[in-house]
Amino acid sequence: MADDVMKRIQSLIDRHKILIFMKGTPVMPMCGFSAATIDVFNDLGVPYDTVNVLEDPGIREGVKAFSNWPTIPQVYVAGKFIGGCDIVQEMHARGELEPLVKQAVAA
Amino acid sequence: MIHSDEIRRLIVAAIPNAEVTVRDTTGGGDHFEAVVVSDAFAGKALIEQHQMVYATLREAMAERIHALSLKTYTPDQWQRAARPLRVVS
Repeated sequence: MADDVMKRIQSLIDRHKILIFMKGTPVMPMCGFSAATIDVFNDLGVPYDTVNVLEDPGIREGVKAFSNWPTIPQVYVAGKFIGGCDIVQEMHARGELEPLVKQAVAA
Repeated sequence: MIHSDEIRRLIVAAIPNAEVTVRDTTGGGDHFEAVVVSDAFAGKALIEQHQMVYATLREAMAERIHALSLKTYTPDQWQRAARPLRVVS
């Protein structure tokens, strides 16, 4: 994997407290899993940023290698990979996601 | 395309004592739901548990599986979870 793609991904993650790599946009998600992930963050009511991987094939493949995670979406909070749709939904259901994101936003 | 039985077999072969249920959600052989219960998940974060399962499916995920919805539990968590899905070993 090209180093510059990894650097771009790292830089994106460093610059945004909550960053979601997704297919499509929050207004028009292009995949059910991305849509479900956005639903969770809208439900939490915290500000977040997104990267549409469909517009950038390098990032689309690169982000999978970056976190050793084979699927999109991918959620990063405070520079740390949290997981994809299933994990975000499970953490939300367990009440573990809200304190994590609120702490990140407040930091 | 891949059959849900093959996904189940790949996971069971690599994760000790795993009880695995795989459902083909569309009947098209590319969208699946899997529930994996194993004591091998004990003490591991969700993200690590999912990575363990994904690792068993690396080749299939790259080509044949378009979407996989995954739930992982330790046997204790599974008993407490009282989920509507039933695990059949």
